[in-house]
Amino acid sequence: MSEFRMPSLGADMEAGLLVAWQKKPGDKVRRGETIAEVETDKGIIEIESFADGTLEKIVVPEGERVPVGTLLALIQTADEAATPTASAAPAVVPPASATPPPRGAPSPAVTGELVPTSSASTIPRRAVSPAARRKASELGVNVDQLPGTGPGGAVTLDDVQRAASAAPPPTAAPPPAPMTDAERAARMRQTIAAAMSRSKREIPHYYLSHTIDLEPALAWLARENERRAVTERLLYGVLLLKAVALALRETPELNAIWERDRAVTRPDIHVGTAIALRQGGLIAPALHHTDRKSLDELMAGFRDLVNRTRTGGLRSSELSDPTITVTSLGERGVEAVFGIIYPPQTAIVGFGKVVERPWSIGGQIVSRRVITASLSADHRVTDGHRGGLFLSAVERLLQEPDKL
Amino acid sequence: MSRITYREAVKAGLREALIGDPHVFLMGEDVGRYGGAYACSKGFLEEFGPERIRDTPLCESTFVGAGIGAALGGMRPIVEVMTVNFSLLALDQIVNNAATLRHMSGGQFSVPLVVRMATGGGRQLAAQHSHSLEVWYAHVPGIQVVAPATVTDARHMLGLALREPDPVFIFEHALLYPMEGELDESPPADLLHAAIRRPGNDVTVVTYGGSLWKCLQAAETLAKSGVEAEVIDLRSLRPLDMPTVLASVARTHRAVIVDEGWKTCSLAAEISAGIMEGGFYDLDAPVARVCSIEAPMPYAKHLEDAALPQPEGIVSAVMNLVGRHV
Amino acid sequence: MTADEIRLTVLRLLGNIAPEADPARLRPNVNLRDQLDIDSMDFLNFAISLHKEFRIEIPERDYPQLATIDGCVDYVQGNGSNGKGESDK
Repeated sequence: MSEFRMPSLGADMEAGLLVAWQKKPGDKVRRGETIAEVETDKGIIEIESFADGTLEKIVVPEGERVPVGTLLALIQTADEAATPTASAAPAVVPPASATPPPRGAPSPAVTGELVPTSSASTIPRRAVSPAARRKASELGVNVDQLPGTGPGGAVTLDDVQRAASAAPPPTAAPPPAPMTDAERAARMRQTIAAAMSRSKREIPHYYLSHTIDLEPALAWLARENERRAVTERLLYGVLLLKAVALALRETPELNAIWERDRAVTRPDIHVGTAIALRQGGLIAPALHHTDRKSLDELMAGFRDLVNRTRTGGLRSSELSDPTITVTSLGERGVEAVFGIIYPPQTAIVGFGKVVERPWSIGGQIVSRRVITASLSADHRVTDGHRGGLFLSAVERLLQEPDKL
Repeated sequence: MSRITYREAVKAGLREALIGDPHVFLMGEDVGRYGGAYACSKGFLEEFGPERIRDTPLCESTFVGAGIGAALGGMRPIVEVMTVNFSLLALDQIVNNAATLRHMSGGQFSVPLVVRMATGGGRQLAAQHSHSLEVWYAHVPGIQVVAPATVTDARHMLGLALREPDPVFIFEHALLYPMEGELDESPPADLLHAAIRRPGNDVTVVTYGGSLWKCLQAAETLAKSGVEAEVIDLRSLRPLDMPTVLASVARTHRAVIVDEGWKTCSLAAEISAGIMEGGFYDLDAPVARVCSIEAPMPYAKHLEDAALPQPEGIVSAVMNLVGRHV
Repeated sequence: MTADEIRLTVLRLLGNIAPEADPARLRPNVNLRDQLDIDSMDFLNFAISLHKEFRIEIPERDYPQLATIDGCVDYVQGNGSNGKGESDK
């Protein structure tokens, strides 16, 4: 049995509101498939399954806000389903009343009861509060079939009384009063405040910057976009994203998470992209497998991420997977960005605006369009030397844009 | 009714006791010339003289022991210990003498001693001045332990304690001294009964001392979500008024215990066990506890705040219990 | 399509891109990026919506002409806003 728990979707997420179940007990679920929607301080996130199997039981009902780590549902994994369940066993036991026991002989009723009891141990015992159990026996209500609305899905006094009065069971909790924009903005600020404070408290940052000649990349992009319809065009940000992902492949030490007392390198490259929200605040979801995607795929993925970030519907893995984030403030005229790492990631790459600068090439001063790339990185995980190699790789990759 | 501070209430109680009975005297570190570590006896040395307001050496076992001797000799001593952390130096006198002599003498001796001490954290005094060790005393048969949480109890509990034939320990949460409240001039009926400070039907919140105000604040927050918490102030920590707690749980079916002590082997644990023994079939959810985290009290403000029970933690403990019944 | 009709359509498309904007307060001859919180992705999406709405082709080098509302109106008029623009390549 696989346990489906409230995931942590950011360094400082403490709890989430279960908005909706997209699967019901008995439904097949695949690894990576969305099975629930959860509202966090950063909006509504789709939560994915980590296992293949069948949704066995929903523990936390819709409308409930629970801390990170709370058991939400049980998933029977595919290999478990292959073995016959013990709960089928009682069917072969003859009813105790079928043959009246001879006087003085050991009662078969005793053995008849033993079988279901032992098989029941493989099914989680129905949690019923003591008060509910007492009330159920007073009112003659069978608690085994009642939906539980108490802590951990336990059957409560109210559930029993509702069943006894034949009132319809609650479908979902009354939704909490919707947050106002001001409350939402305040929550967003609190979340960012907590994450950034933690970062500056725990992560020893080092900062590097590197001015990169962007002329080849921009010239290539202009030629490329010239022959593309407006719907197919690329933004130069996508080139930067791809260059960062490929540079990360060359310096895998940076593609890591600091866990307890060591850096754990991640096999896949998922680069987060900082996306500003119109009402203030930002979210940095991942473009999965950034290094393996073509520029067109990245452009489509980026467009989709911007859209979903602003309208809701990000997926849990998009928030938990990045090891590094790319942020660009150049559109607002910033020359260089010295970012704060978003925990538990280990680096943030910042890009400033594209500016024309005198540039010396082979002793000749020419005018080139350049961009300042900066790296804020976790000094526990890497040293400046490695960070420098990484930024150099970004620069080199951007000199051959057709290979990106 | 009049509005006074908790400190003024304690002082008024002391003054009344000193005026009302010539056998009463006050003894402790800095109670005389300095006027008390928490200024509860300011001006008393001038008013009552050095015979009755006695500064003692910094030696808790000596002056608590002297108090026991004076009580045995027919006096009515009030001993002030600066904080419960320091009182551990006097544990031998308290546990082996004060608490036992009535029993060991077959009822021939009694020790009518009153010991007042400050307790609790929240003042950035770190790990040697901030703990809530009331439960150590509440564990010991032969003594009574009370915790005034309101100005009325701060004013009157001392007088009631002085009427007891056996040792009474009064724990005053140090954060409460500057707190203002409405004073009820008529004394409460006794030391033994818990008081319902806020009625409610959805959950019983059991607490005492300095945590009472955090619980009442949490109850106000909960009320905005439609959850009505009944807040019980235990007042007496030994003996515990379990009938009042159980009667409340029988109505609300849920209980949260808020105790500034450490959770392990706490008063909260004792009350929780008492609810299990006497109210199991009334419970609609597991009993929850909100206690201090299990670490010596930190000095840094934000860490101390995080270590102590806070209204937000009480609210979330209650919300977890009531779940969807909001 | 008259200039006013084009203008209304341009404002509606801008509203889709930046929903928080109040069209009545937008000044027609001031750079959109100075009046609205839009980035290059927003601008690209705006260009795409102009392309789809008016069925005109917009080469990237023409982007500067779309910097203001007046510029957009002129550009759309100059490129055959009668619905006979080039189709997608």
